[in-house]
Amino acid sequence: MTNQTATFVNIGERTNVTGSAKFRKMITEDRYADAIEVARQQVENGAQIIDVNMDEGMLDGVEAMTTFLNLIAAEPDIARVPVMIDSSKWEVIEAGLKCVQGKAVVNSISLKEGEAPFLKQARAIRSYGAATVVMAFDEKGQAETADEKFRICKRAYDLLTEKAGFPPEDIIFDPNIFAVATGIEEHNGYARAFIDAVKRIRTALPGAHVSGGLSNVSFSFRGNEPVRRAMHSVFLYHAIKAGMDMAIVNAGQLDIYDDIEPDLRERVEDVILNRRDDATERLLEIAEQYRGKKGESQKKDLAWRDKPVRERLSHALVHGITEFIEQDTEEARVAAERPLHVIEGPLMDGMNIVGDLFGDGRMFLPQVVKSARVMKQAVAHLLPYMEDEKERLGLVGKSNGKVIMATVKGDVHDIGKNIVGVVLQCNGYEVIDLGVMVPAERILDEAEKHDVDIVGLSGLITPSLDEMVFVASEMQRRKMDLPLLIGGATTSPAHTAVKIEPGYKNAPTLHVADASRAVGVVSSLLSETDRPRVWEKTKAKYERIRQSRAGGGPKERLSIADARANAFTPDWSGQNGAPPSFTGARTIDDVSLEDVLTYIDWTPFFMSWDLKGRYPQILDDEKRGEAARGLWRDGQAMLDRLVAEKWLRLKAAVGFWPANADGDDIVLWADEDRASEIARFYSVRQQIKKSEGPNLALADFVRPVSEGADWVGGFCVTAGHGELEKSDAFKAAHDDYSAIMVKALADRFAEGFAEMLHQRVRRELWGYAPNEAFSSEELIAEKYAGIRPAPGYPAQPDHTEKETLFRLLDAPARAGVELTSSFAMTPPASVSGLYFSHPESRYFAVGRIEKDQVEDYARRKGWDLRTAERWLGPILNYAPGTE
Amino acid sequence: MKRSERIGALKAVAKQRILILDGAWGAMIQRKGLDEADFRGARFAGHPDPLKGNNDILCLTRPDIITELLDAFYAAGADICETNTFSATVIAQDDYKLGEADVRDINFEGARIARAAADAWTAKTPEKPRFVAGSIGPLNKMLSMSSDVNDPGARSVVFDQVYEAYKTQIRALNEGGVDLYLIETITDTLNCKAALKAIADLEAEGLERLPVWISGTITDKSGRTLSGQTVEAFWNSVRHAKPFAIGLNCALGAALMRPHIAELARIADTLVAAYPNAGLPNAFGEYDETPEETSSMLREWAESGLVNLLGGCCGTTPAHISAIAEAAHGNPPRVVPSHKPMMRLSGLEPFELA
Repeated sequence: MTNQTATFVNIGERTNVTGSAKFRKMITEDRYADAIEVARQQVENGAQIIDVNMDEGMLDGVEAMTTFLNLIAAEPDIARVPVMIDSSKWEVIEAGLKCVQGKAVVNSISLKEGEAPFLKQARAIRSYGAATVVMAFDEKGQAETADEKFRICKRAYDLLTEKAGFPPEDIIFDPNIFAVATGIEEHNGYARAFIDAVKRIRTALPGAHVSGGLSNVSFSFRGNEPVRRAMHSVFLYHAIKAGMDMAIVNAGQLDIYDDIEPDLRERVEDVILNRRDDATERLLEIAEQYRGKKGESQKKDLAWRDKPVRERLSHALVHGITEFIEQDTEEARVAAERPLHVIEGPLMDGMNIVGDLFGDGRMFLPQVVKSARVMKQAVAHLLPYMEDEKERLGLVGKSNGKVIMATVKGDVHDIGKNIVGVVLQCNGYEVIDLGVMVPAERILDEAEKHDVDIVGLSGLITPSLDEMVFVASEMQRRKMDLPLLIGGATTSPAHTAVKIEPGYKNAPTLHVADASRAVGVVSSLLSETDRPRVWEKTKAKYERIRQSRAGGGPKERLSIADARANAFTPDWSGQNGAPPSFTGARTIDDVSLEDVLTYIDWTPFFMSWDLKGRYPQILDDEKRGEAARGLWRDGQAMLDRLVAEKWLRLKAAVGFWPANADGDDIVLWADEDRASEIARFYSVRQQIKKSEGPNLALADFVRPVSEGADWVGGFCVTAGHGELEKSDAFKAAHDDYSAIMVKALADRFAEGFAEMLHQRVRRELWGYAPNEAFSSEELIAEKYAGIRPAPGYPAQPDHTEKETLFRLLDAPARAGVELTSSFAMTPPASVSGLYFSHPESRYFAVGRIEKDQVEDYARRKGWDLRTAERWLGPILNYAPGTE
Repeated sequence: MKRSERIGALKAVAKQRILILDGAWGAMIQRKGLDEADFRGARFAGHPDPLKGNNDILCLTRPDIITELLDAFYAAGADICETNTFSATVIAQDDYKLGEADVRDINFEGARIARAAADAWTAKTPEKPRFVAGSIGPLNKMLSMSSDVNDPGARSVVFDQVYEAYKTQIRALNEGGVDLYLIETITDTLNCKAALKAIADLEAEGLERLPVWISGTITDKSGRTLSGQTVEAFWNSVRHAKPFAIGLNCALGAALMRPHIAELARIADTLVAAYPNAGLPNAFGEYDETPEETSSMLREWAESGLVNLLGGCCGTTPAHISAIAEAAHGNPPRVVPSHKPMMRLSGLEPFELA
């Protein structure tokens, strides 16, 4: 099964007669068989969409488009990807639309001829079921400045969405990339104008995409490929940061941004961003020396470099140094009889040292992951040689065993899973990582297809627990007999013992507490002798857990009526609620990464790497200190770059609404008349029998309607925009360590941002504590008045409440944060919640609840009982389906 | 009830329970043992070509039989019955040398007959209103597949012909009184897209807007349509029509269809429908699965919350439909999920840009 979700698409132009002279010649000479081969190669090389353009004066465009598309429809390995039908002539576009069964993209239409023909074409495209590119071109011509580009795109967006029924996500704007550094002064701002326009389009025209043809920008340096490549990369780097998510460029015309020689990069950047008047001259000064030349890397001479190659490899592995790994590996390969011997010899020796140090607690996870990065790069270097050898000798690769891993459906969190994957890989296990949001059926189909030895499931949010139960039951239904490993932040031995293990009898089901245990567990499960012993031991252990939970009996609970009678009832008469400075929702996008730095709580950063302890004490910890300090150094180094180069974009939505409690519900009103209800938050009440203190529900912190005016707020912040691009780029460069680091840092920024915004809410946006002054330590310790509980956490465990919150905040449009089918936020580095201002409001855990409340809750939400039991599953004090 | 009220009722009932579609028509008609004269009736007595086997023409020549079958399925518990117009397009009827006027009449009369039957049942049991779906079949000619093994670019029809053929059929079904369209047994998504465009354009010209139910066919264990698409790619290709329901029918029995319906249930933000065959045909081309066997599998789908509409295709009799209605009873319909808006494209396989 192929299921690709991209965040950026690069569209090749090799089946484009205006982009490829070779292809044009084939078509004009009627050599369609050759032309099909070009398309096939393009798809084989990874093209996700193929652009087909037949705009050539000598060709009958309608006929050429029809012929070519009909021909590739018969080639399954080409037809598997969507087509971009590219023409400036409407009749050619329409002919193309009549030949594709899939959902295609039209490239392009514009307002050049005015609104009437534009709308007519747009409606036609919609009726053929295609998406479309729209050029920033109107009756007056092509837009050159950022203002004009944005104005035309906005006009087109409004027309398309309001008059042509176009969904925003099917609109791709092409705001015109023009050549810079042409010597004509007016052209200097063209690239900058594009980038600025991209930013405005992505912010103000939600859902729409941005694309462009890259090669134009470097047109004045034709013939100087290195400079052109650098210009493309720099341009793309900034345009993608601004939000461009599609580009037409051949992959060969790009460099890795970080690989561009700094002097060249700086001068190119000056040109692209139009940072100085003499930018063009300064680039021309050095341009000639790059013609046909590659960059050289600087050298540092270090003592360990003088040792024999075997020791150098060990040193590099233990210290996580990638700088020389390819040359050292190559040296070892040349000396070895077979490339595999390099892996089995010096590299495994080095990894064994790493493994020993790790086992002794003298190395810690972040360091091991760094070692794995070195190992992966070394192996990547050897792979082609091993493939060659395999072909020559007919040998088959060898692995300790195969593990398939996935983050379950509805969940997007994968830091922990990635760490486990890397640790297993560097211990010689083959790991098939299916990624995130993987449905049960696909996990099990792939497990069978690849004939794996073990299945590993990961998840962070509570609905994932139920999904894991489902996967286990499916394994039972399909009569599979593979060991099942359960891991991730919300999983626990108790949940595994009570909910998962009883449903899957054919093989061991084990909870794995952290990555350091993964290797031990996997190796014992794969050993014929160990496995029965481990299985028996686990079964006995889980049986004990089940018994102790059943035997201890659930604690005594109150009926929901009695719990409500013991609600928290403050004396409302004494105090006046402070009205917020505005009502309704607003976008916050003026916060920089620097602003958030002091609000970050670093303790969870170490926890995400399995280093348990409080920051900053952990840095001096006797056992973990060294690892923690190394991690801290690397984290801070990346943090500096992340901030300086703005890898992440912070966005937030915040809102306040007139509100009153209505029983355990919180009613939100349209305005201060408090007559028209716009939404309702439902809260869940503690039912545990208490000797003292109230049975809390969040609604208790809001004034009932009889007690006068009150308000609640809500927010959604994210630091996740840009995270995936960055971590994927690191992953592609075999650098999992940095990929995980980016995610860990993004999570910290999201939390820090939430903390900072809460302060701003207390002091100014809501303003109920205008004079509050706390240090960041005091903030982290939550000493302030008011709370910001999140749906899905202990005070309100029902994740679906996020849907109401997101709707009120318009969070997808304002913050760019969406909800998955399980109500996880994506991008994952996001935080959301409600604001309560009551001085006595506090965080609490609802704990387990009884069926009477679940039935009542279902009634209030308009659900059937089954749905309510599903979403409240983790806190039910009874087994659903029973009395 | 006016048609707009019936459509409102259809949408309301679909929120409350799983709706039931009728079963197989071909085999039921075959059992009647009709001869050439039955098919010809008075109207086509002098037609130069043989008409036996052209089931759709019975709408004009033996409407009594069509009414009898409609009654049988409604009596078995079907909420929705189809018109007997699966092959009533100028392209398919060209095999019998019938022209556009005849094709129009088949559709119009087919719709009228079904309308009358449905209304009679609704009058009898107003608490269970009955609906008519205009059957729009796949054509015997495909737009994405070559008609000549030696020339992969060859096509026996072009888009505009298919589009015009569907336009004639759709207009006549609408005027004859159907409540919704059922584009079914789709083997080539491009044919289906031509029908969807015909509907959209007719509506733009002023024809009353009706709900559309789109039902593809996964031909074998490859999990693909005949024209090569995966289920998700197929859904991405037709989603723009904002269909009332999306689903699968024919070719597979319930056992083999399940994973594909489960996939649709996951990805489709509209109602999901399934009407499988009564298993796979045996060596004699007959379907052996009993009503109990078929319905016990579909019961599990209903219990698992996979579907909003259920029915039967080849080999399913009124007894099957009755058992399926029984199995579905009491199970809530699948809850339609809402998905993050994303540009979802497809070739033979899906592609998403977040």
